[in-house]
Amino acid sequence: MNELKIKTDPVPRKEISSVVIRFAGDSGDGIQITGSRFTDTTALAGNDLATFPDFPAEIRAPIGTTFGVSAFQINFGSRRIETAGDDPDVLVALNPAALMVNIARLKPGGMIIVDSGTFTDRNLKKAGYINNPLDDHSLEAYTVLDINITKLVLEAVKEFGLSQKEGLRCKNFWVLGLAYWIYGRDRSDTIDWLKRKFAKRPDIADANIAALNAGHIYGEASEVAGLTQLYAIPPATMPHGLYRTVTGGEALAWGLVAGAELANLKIFFGSYPITPASPVLHSLAKMKQFGVKTFQAEDEIAAICSAIGASYAGSLGITSSSGPGIALKGEAIGLAISTELPLIILNSQRAGPSTGLPTKTEQSDLYQAVYGRNGDAPLVVLATHGPSDCFEVAIEACRLATKYMTPVMLLTDGYIGNAAEPWLIPSIEDREPFPVTFETNAEGFEPFKRNPETLARHWAVPGTPGLEHRIGGIEKEDGSGNISYEPANHQKMTDLRRDKILNIANDIPEQTVENGASSGKLAIVGWGSTYGPISRAVDNKLSEGKEVSHIHLRHIWPLPRNLGDLLRGFDKVIVPEMNDGQLKTVLRDQYLIAAQPLTKVTGQPFKISEIERAIDAALEN
Amino acid sequence: MNVAVTKDKLKPADFASDQEVRWCPGCGDYAILKAVQRTLPDLETLKENYVFVSGIGCSSRFPYYMSTYGFHTIHGRAPAFATGIKIANPELDVWMITGDGDGFSIGGNHMLHVLRRNVDLQILLCNNEIYGLTKGQYSPTSEVGLRTPSSPDGSVDTPLKPLVFTLGAGARFAARAYDTQKTLPEILKRAHAHKGTSLVEILQNCIVYNDAVFDNVLARNVAAEKQLHVEHGKPMLFGAEMNKGIRLNTQSLTLEAVTIGENGITEKDILVHDETNRSLATLIADMDGHDLPVAFGVIYCNPAATYEAGITQKIEAAEAEGTPSLDALLRQGHTWEA
Repeated sequence: MNELKIKTDPVPRKEISSVVIRFAGDSGDGIQITGSRFTDTTALAGNDLATFPDFPAEIRAPIGTTFGVSAFQINFGSRRIETAGDDPDVLVALNPAALMVNIARLKPGGMIIVDSGTFTDRNLKKAGYINNPLDDHSLEAYTVLDINITKLVLEAVKEFGLSQKEGLRCKNFWVLGLAYWIYGRDRSDTIDWLKRKFAKRPDIADANIAALNAGHIYGEASEVAGLTQLYAIPPATMPHGLYRTVTGGEALAWGLVAGAELANLKIFFGSYPITPASPVLHSLAKMKQFGVKTFQAEDEIAAICSAIGASYAGSLGITSSSGPGIALKGEAIGLAISTELPLIILNSQRAGPSTGLPTKTEQSDLYQAVYGRNGDAPLVVLATHGPSDCFEVAIEACRLATKYMTPVMLLTDGYIGNAAEPWLIPSIEDREPFPVTFETNAEGFEPFKRNPETLARHWAVPGTPGLEHRIGGIEKEDGSGNISYEPANHQKMTDLRRDKILNIANDIPEQTVENGASSGKLAIVGWGSTYGPISRAVDNKLSEGKEVSHIHLRHIWPLPRNLGDLLRGFDKVIVPEMNDGQLKTVLRDQYLIAAQPLTKVTGQPFKISEIERAIDAALEN
Repeated sequence: MNVAVTKDKLKPADFASDQEVRWCPGCGDYAILKAVQRTLPDLETLKENYVFVSGIGCSSRFPYYMSTYGFHTIHGRAPAFATGIKIANPELDVWMITGDGDGFSIGGNHMLHVLRRNVDLQILLCNNEIYGLTKGQYSPTSEVGLRTPSSPDGSVDTPLKPLVFTLGAGARFAARAYDTQKTLPEILKRAHAHKGTSLVEILQNCIVYNDAVFDNVLARNVAAEKQLHVEHGKPMLFGAEMNKGIRLNTQSLTLEAVTIGENGITEKDILVHDETNRSLATLIADMDGHDLPVAFGVIYCNPAATYEAGITQKIEAAEAEGTPSLDALLRQGHTWEA
């Protein structure tokens, strides 16, 4: 059964430059696995790609319901891929609910692959269909591949003696096999993966492999209605080198380990599980060979407090959460600011307020990051714009936290954390190290004596003879660190804490323009995961001859020192954000410019077309 | 733990910082501070390895008055800071100072978890049954009926018993003392010697907001009848003539006070303290000075593996598997050349 028969393509494959596929099904259908296997195979075929896992917060919502639909979208091609794609070209719907939820996104003329075996009266009713859409001509605008996958899968796995339930679990691999056929993809990587994954249950591995092959053979053998067109997507032209796929969660974990190595420190990672931040905890918990200590604390507050304690003791303390958890950490962040200890706070933003939409993406914690603490409490805020960028930003966070003895908040989001893209694997050995020097000299030591250049205080860790000292959250005298209620001292310390952070603007790169001219009619200023749609939209408009530029911020606080001048060089500034206009407020406040918001908080990424429309509208007026 | 090498033995005064102590005159915290400063010179820890961690409250100012490393953190969270410090560097000798509000009200959750994890720390709970720093509101250990600014008609909160909580949380060491107790350093040394979380409840007088609250147990004229000083392997005897003792009522599984020589009671009837017996420890920790005396001394001591040792062990096992290279890790699994 494992033999891969080579069959000549019945029709010549049509070469296309990119395609967007959306796999959708019930939460229990294994859609995310389907997506990640398709991603790996696509990457190995040399395409550029971007993915968007889109799943419900419920682990197992009632079967067949619309709120239990899980989806995975992938955009791949022979050209540079910046986003997971606006509207899918192909929708795979493994039940009526998946069709109901996703049909509106499908491009007109797009292809639908449905498992008609699930289109029972009961499932149709659960999905909210009055008539069966496979029979009522409502899908005439699309090419529909209507296949009883349920039946075919059960037949394909019959010989392995699985229960009906276990057999049906192989459905996702059947669909994957068919998709591989349509795009001319090699199954061997997926087969290897299945063998590894189910090494202890070879019967399950074999059944899934049989399903994968059966889906493929179904495509080969049948001149099914609609499947008259097969496709080929040639490899993308990418910079030379060794690649792998990487998700934002993985890249963050690896970037932190790299950053700690460059700082010559050990990582202490205190965290409390929360969607969508947990993947970083999971990744780091597997990196003990690098001396990484992970601590699953009893709550968000204990997580950050333990990390601050570890920093105090000479480790690189890191904590991680999402918006609601960051809110709980606020008081402790203030203590780290007041005691001037290095600390990294990862914030995987999600839709809020309160519990909000735990699995849906937003960029609505920028105010919380920049302003969200009691007192005047400045810290460094960085934002990553994509999975592989996470690695670079994590290293930058380590550098700034240790060099300036400050908390750094690193903003990412659920989209970046779970999405995957090809990554030109960097080499750590080539990086410039930034080793930390602990204070050891007792002569004239004072805990709040500062480096005159960076304004960072000296880091003297417990265990160092002669440097015993006390720190805490009460206002302290500059230098000695003794408790001080002196009015003038509080003013001085507040100024120092502010200036130390603002001074970092001199130690970060000047803001560059991603694409387009460095002055002109219109600048689109983004931050975070809107990078993909903004860059594609601006690129499209530039090729139409429009005068527009893309500026994307990594350093949110302090802002790059030239940003004000740069933005004043444009007639108009539009700030697309997945929030109600937060960076826009900061830019207006800092530079007194008329930055205009373009906001979206639907839990879905911006579409390229939405940004293109905003560009057109701004240039028309 | 580090062993001090050919250094002149430090004196209590060597552990006093240059900061002026700002507790109210007559506060029980002075006596506790002195007891700690008297204890440390006798321990085999290098001075630079001591870390005193506290939360917020009167007693939490404690680290400022020690000439060791000290971290005055935020309200209720000292256990989490102490845990992070100890995991990051298990060589450090970490002492946590807290109060009944800091430790068992706002910080109750962290207290529960530090105790069950068994991080190697000494936790000194300065229990004065009142909120001092916020000017006298009732605390989670205040007696029902206590009149305070926030309970003008008397508190209706049932008080928490810190040592019963401690044992219930799975802690492996629990002791009780009072602020001016002469043998407090001995108890602190036992707490220090114990590898794991050691909680010592110290009844501490707040002279301003809750003065003499422990007089029903500590006053000179009742002390002999109301205090039971337990010692491992010794019968639980008390009273001015040491002829009273604690007996287990095997029918009700409760303790009762009996007098030797009365109703046929002999010394054989008196329970012998076994500090490794959790059930017994829970019963005597619960004695509150009403029908039975209050127990002082090491109530429970039964060591088990510490949390940080577990973490260190896993790290060492992973590191032993080979020299780690991040570059190599990133190149594992599915890669391709472009």
